[in-house]
Amino acid sequence: MADLSSEFVGIKSPNPFWLASAPPTDKEYNVRRAFEAGWGGVVWKTLGEEGPPVVNVNGPRYGAIWGADRRLLGLNNIELITDRPLEVNLREIKQVKRDYPDRAVVVSIMVPCEEQAWKSILPLVEETGADGIELNFGCPHGMSERGMGSAVGQVPEYIEMVTRWCKQYSRMPVIVKLTPNITDIRKPARAAKAGGADAVSLINTINSITGVDLDSFAPEPTIDGKGSHGGYCGPAVKPIALSMVSEIARDPETHGLPISGIGGVTTWRDAAEFMALGAGNVQVCTAAMTYGFKVVQEMISGLSQWMDEKGHASVADFVGRAVPNVTDWQYLNLNYITKARIDQDACIKCGRCYAACEDTSHQAISMSADRVFEVKDDECVACNLCVNVCPVEGCITMEELAPGAMDERTGRKVAKEYANWTTHPNNPAARPAAE
Amino acid sequence: MGHSPFTPGVAAGRLPSEAMTRNFGDLHPPLDAHEATVAADRCYFCHDAPCMTACPTSIDIPLFIRQIATGTPEAAAKTIFDQNILGGMCARVCPTETLCEEVCVREVAEGKPVEIGRLQRYATDKLMAKNSHPFSRAAATGKRVAVVGAGPAGLSCAHRLAMKGHDVVIFDARTKPGGLNEYGIASYKSVDDFAQKEVDWLLQIGGIEVRQGQALGNGLSLDALVAEYDAVFLGIGLAGVNALRAEGEEVENVADAVDFIAELRQARDLGALPVGRNVVVIGGGMTAVDAAVQSKLLGAENVTIVYRRGQDRMAASGYEQDLAASKGVRIMTHAMPVKVIGNGAVREVEFEYTEDGPGGLTGTGERFTLPADQLFRAIGQKLDGAPEGLALDGGKIKVSGAGRTSVAKVWAGGDCATGGDDLTVTAVAEGRDAAEDIHASLS
Repeated sequence: MADLSSEFVGIKSPNPFWLASAPPTDKEYNVRRAFEAGWGGVVWKTLGEEGPPVVNVNGPRYGAIWGADRRLLGLNNIELITDRPLEVNLREIKQVKRDYPDRAVVVSIMVPCEEQAWKSILPLVEETGADGIELNFGCPHGMSERGMGSAVGQVPEYIEMVTRWCKQYSRMPVIVKLTPNITDIRKPARAAKAGGADAVSLINTINSITGVDLDSFAPEPTIDGKGSHGGYCGPAVKPIALSMVSEIARDPETHGLPISGIGGVTTWRDAAEFMALGAGNVQVCTAAMTYGFKVVQEMISGLSQWMDEKGHASVADFVGRAVPNVTDWQYLNLNYITKARIDQDACIKCGRCYAACEDTSHQAISMSADRVFEVKDDECVACNLCVNVCPVEGCITMEELAPGAMDERTGRKVAKEYANWTTHPNNPAARPAAE
Repeated sequence: MGHSPFTPGVAAGRLPSEAMTRNFGDLHPPLDAHEATVAADRCYFCHDAPCMTACPTSIDIPLFIRQIATGTPEAAAKTIFDQNILGGMCARVCPTETLCEEVCVREVAEGKPVEIGRLQRYATDKLMAKNSHPFSRAAATGKRVAVVGAGPAGLSCAHRLAMKGHDVVIFDARTKPGGLNEYGIASYKSVDDFAQKEVDWLLQIGGIEVRQGQALGNGLSLDALVAEYDAVFLGIGLAGVNALRAEGEEVENVADAVDFIAELRQARDLGALPVGRNVVVIGGGMTAVDAAVQSKLLGAENVTIVYRRGQDRMAASGYEQDLAASKGVRIMTHAMPVKVIGNGAVREVEFEYTEDGPGGLTGTGERFTLPADQLFRAIGQKLDGAPEGLALDGGKIKVSGAGRTSVAKVWAGGDCATGGDDLTVTAVAEGRDAAEDIHASLS
């Protein structure tokens, strides 16, 4: 039986599945239920500074997009940080941590970019016995208009400055939560590291409008006829999050910096993918908000089964295993040549591959009068579109041409050697082979 | 009323009225908006889709389903009506299991086709509920066309002609228009007077006058029509019924299934409609199934369909046979009626087993009898009262091309004409195509 226990920046949890800082972790009632359901840890919903709590809108806070049968694919929110008094949250955090010592309790914090503000709140959090803090530099709505959240996360200098304060005034591990609403995710990650962060977590939510009401011409979610961009999350954002995680994992300047992976983790498989790309653990929100806390049971059993099947004894065995395989386009092997292959027994003759290839790609699939679809090797560039649009999984595959085989499209034999763009004759910047 | 399925003889009110109402409710309840979206999402939007090819009216099925999926069922309906103005009825009565849904790639792959028929009904219901008509007439041509028969072929032809700007007069023998849509379809396939509503909706295009109670040989002659109109379309269906040729069939309670079905459709009170305790239906087609199932739904205790050949030769689709079985109808094959027994009214029917041999179907000599308080003939219809001078072929009006008969200016389509497979949807296609041909010849 695989060991799912996790240690992330020194914080232990029975499994790598944490609930992200969000509505599910806003109060003791929810967090206790989450722990009872099996979650390994929580990042408590973001605390603000002392004083009158923030106020939320009283209309819709969430918007969504759906697939067929109302499967929720993406969720967006305009909820702010906790709107409960600071002392109530602190008291509850302390009680929960006391009752669940084996679970991770990390506290998310967002206060103004002033040294005194951070200096004031950190001891209060530390006093709860929480395992660590997460700096919310990510929320893209509301708080960012007040100079917090993503307004900080978009300025690497601020990230470094605040991180340094936190390390200076607290003994707790500091996780810096990054916003994806930025051009190059490596810059804020480097800043966090420079400030002494123990880890980064990403991604926070993405600026988004989920739709437009075509009767009222108002963006959704709509508050009294108006809308404001919210933060987008859920299954739809996973590819963006995976890419950003991988960028930080493979950046020489931040390589090895612990990462808590966030962004559309819905199943054990999503979690395993984040971890393979370098995340030490994952944080989940939308899946829990969609299906309830019980989903963690599938994540635990699924990850455990996969680890057993693959012989991974602990999560450390596979964390980061995919990172070396993320590279730049210029280093991809141009001598790796594949051709689409259609399994005629599996083919249901819908013709989608044909329509896609004929109309939008390379005219490399033929169609007979009796609806037999075949790949024309002399036209196929192996773009994979047919694979992607085929409704039958595994019906169309990409078959590698062995070295020495003829590529009928180019009329050349497949070379055995690895060769990439940096040395390609068409590359003006390529240096000629040694002469 | 005090009657039950076990009441001997022929009796009305064998079931409580609630049971009767439930039995004759919609066979396939309409999809709601969410169900339609989910069902529509299963469509793969196939290239050169097999379903479209299988549809006798060539409806662009992937397109209309995508229009449903994207929240525009009215546009979907327009796509359907462009090809098939009776798309609403066809959505209810088409044997989709042998047409579009049979060749759906998901039927082939998974045994579970996209629910094309129900989706078509969803779209057409949506548009028709708005009681708006999506077509308008072209500028008047001054041409006049006579259409004989207000069934699917005639209505389809008339609508297309009216759309092209011609003036149309439909002559129909019955008291209500609709033909088999009104008189020949099981009640649970067309509830809430849909056939009449559909005709009313179709006629909204304008330019079509319907004259009921007029038939060829009964106030009408083809020669007069040809003389008076610029063109004539015959969609007169098959009004005759084949005889059993069994001894003694001239007794009471032996009837044509088509009449029983028509009577049932027109009945205001199903509880007043008598049905036998033991009902036997002779035949193997849709009409036999419709009559048998409805007898059962009216409360008959035992209903048996007897077909002279094997099950694989039955014209009723597998789906229809399953429907009959699920309602408790027994299907017997390889038996032919030889004698109707009864003193004044039928009491039993004697059958002989058959076998297929090199010389065709022959009796084996082994006989059996079934009790029968009511016996329905459903062994096919035939052309009745075809006008003189029209060439026939195999008992139907001979046509070539888009319904051209042997007489100039006269077209024919639907069940009365050669070709096709006696389906509503085929009749619609033939009426439409004849209209296009008539229009071309008049232009």
